[in-house]
Amino acid sequence: MIDLGYDAAHMLGAVVLLMSFALLYQRRLFSLLRVFTLQALALTATAAWQAFSHGEPHLYITALLTLSLKAIVMPVALHRIIVKMNIHRTIEPALSIGLTMVAGVSLVTLSILLVLPVTADATALTRENLALSLSVVLLGLLMMISRRNAVSQVVGFMSIENGLILAAVGVAGMPLVVEMSIAFSVMVAFIIFGIFLFHIRERFDTLDMQKIESFRGESD
Amino acid sequence: MSPIYVIVATPLLSAAILALVPGYRLAARLNIAFSAVTLLAALVLFRTGPAGNALFVVDAFNIYLIALTAFVGLTTSIFSASYIGHEVAAGKLTPRDLRFYHAMYQAFMFTMLLALSANNLGVMWVAVEGATLTTVLMVSLYRTAASIEAAWKYFILCGVGIALALFGTILMYLAAQPVMGPGMAAMTWTELMKHVARVNADILNLAFVFLLIGYGTKVGLAPLHAWLPDAHAEGPTPISAVLSGLLLNVALYAVLRFKMLLAANGEAIAPGPLMIAMGLASLLLAGLMLYRRRDIKRFFAYSSIEHMGIITFAFGMGGPLANFAGLLHMAMHSLTKSAIFYAVGHVAQAKGTQRLEKITGLTVSHPVLGWGLLVGVVAIAGLPPFGIFMSEFLLITSTFAREPLLAIPLTLGILLAFGALVLRVQQLCFGEPGGESAPVRGSLVPLYAHLGLVLVAGVWLPGPLVAWFQTVAALLG
Repeated sequence: MIDLGYDAAHMLGAVVLLMSFALLYQRRLFSLLRVFTLQALALTATAAWQAFSHGEPHLYITALLTLSLKAIVMPVALHRIIVKMNIHRTIEPALSIGLTMVAGVSLVTLSILLVLPVTADATALTRENLALSLSVVLLGLLMMISRRNAVSQVVGFMSIENGLILAAVGVAGMPLVVEMSIAFSVMVAFIIFGIFLFHIRERFDTLDMQKIESFRGESD
Repeated sequence: MSPIYVIVATPLLSAAILALVPGYRLAARLNIAFSAVTLLAALVLFRTGPAGNALFVVDAFNIYLIALTAFVGLTTSIFSASYIGHEVAAGKLTPRDLRFYHAMYQAFMFTMLLALSANNLGVMWVAVEGATLTTVLMVSLYRTAASIEAAWKYFILCGVGIALALFGTILMYLAAQPVMGPGMAAMTWTELMKHVARVNADILNLAFVFLLIGYGTKVGLAPLHAWLPDAHAEGPTPISAVLSGLLLNVALYAVLRFKMLLAANGEAIAPGPLMIAMGLASLLLAGLMLYRRRDIKRFFAYSSIEHMGIITFAFGMGGPLANFAGLLHMAMHSLTKSAIFYAVGHVAQAKGTQRLEKITGLTVSHPVLGWGLLVGVVAIAGLPPFGIFMSEFLLITSTFAREPLLAIPLTLGILLAFGALVLRVQQLCFGEPGGESAPVRGSLVPLYAHLGLVLVAGVWLPGPLVAWFQTVAALLG
């Protein structure tokens, strides 16, 4: 028998992961934002599907928050920052597609090897969701390490948070407080990032963190 | 009504009120008054003893940390009042910045006290996240290139740390949920402690690794310490004092709560070796880095990394003696290091620089301040008769008795840092005073109050405190 609930949830989780792969090799900031928006949409669908198939109505709120903040507000705001600062032509050194695949696949393998053996008691859906979300978190970390532009680092940070929400919606009965707080923190984080992006621009005329880091107060 | 509500609600309300007060002199006084109310409530709590409900938990472990946090919060607010007056006069801060600063100061105290007293894993996580946000905003207060870079680094590193800690928290819930059923109970400390023995140990292990790395970033453990010196050096000095004195402790408190769960489970891995390794790495790295510092606030920030390394090592060793030493060291380090930052704040303002080589002969040019700094450095270096000597002595002897091989790098690290501190303090406090030198206006009471407490604790510890430390030391495993 085909378990539609399980298959759909599994597929949506995989789409979120796929978008994390795609984020890694985007060289232009606008395409980076587009891929991020797609990831947020996939996450919204995952949360909504879990809410529907498990009968947990509070997950609809999570889905709604994800949709409004991550798929609409943040991409639009970052888009405006990019236009305002006139950095949309920037071509960033990102990892090549081949290298991305090698690094990405090894990180995914790592998280599957890490999660599956220890969660033998949990349901199949929870286990796989957890493995997928850990992969998204690790890929987000890889992205934050490999990028130099402040906007890309912000996008990397938000994709890590996407991974966390994916994990939280996959675990049955996780209290709402936590999800609300995630959404809240994302919002505040965004405000801070916004402030910083402007201030950084004001002070340095660049968003290239490599150049900014030489300003440290102590020159060794 | 339990005083814990007053302790948590006061800073929250004060933050809202201070955001509306336009004059910075009035705001600074109100800041002191509100902090005093919080401390009073904490002292009442100290008298009434452990209590708890579904929202808050007050046990032998966090009760002294709550009192310590409220106390350092008050003394720092007194120091801050004289510090910011000078910064306004020097034109570094505008009254508008200060309105923001005071509101954020109380918001920060709120998150600290909430993280310490929350009975819920999720609430504690939110509080630690809130603490990160408020301190990031305060580190960037001066809006200089260096401070914005420091705040950015702080936010990126600790943001990732916080994210990993949340993943660990989710795993913890996943582990507890099959045993305790879905819902709030599986995220409540007191409930978890009752049922954790039946929880799947494998998921617990995995969760702890994420939590240790996540919250460990905020503790400033190597190799995740890179944010700490920058954040200490570029923000206002009162913030350096509360970062070192309070925030690092609270992050470590979170790690230790989870360690308690693992200890109570019985089948989970012993988290000791992980913590010992991270602790020793921080201690040795910071010990070496101390020699190459040129900025006085960075110098003492590295000393904080060193001491957090020692404390993490102590809890990693485990056992009644080492845990006792760790708990004592947490309190002593927090008091001594914030005292040193009070002194450093006045020194940097009087000398107009933070560069170490330009600050000399303080005992000649500013006797009261100079001797205070000297006594603080002597205490932090671990010389008797101060409290840090007690805890380090306990730790080293118990380590030699149980694991002599581990005692060698521990002693080496402490001696390395000791050498660097003695070398620097000689140059700072003695010799010919050089460079510009303005008189210090401002209260030195917080500085000497802290040093006095550290001295008393080195000679005599009150009975109930010892009893609490022993209870917690047993629970920590």
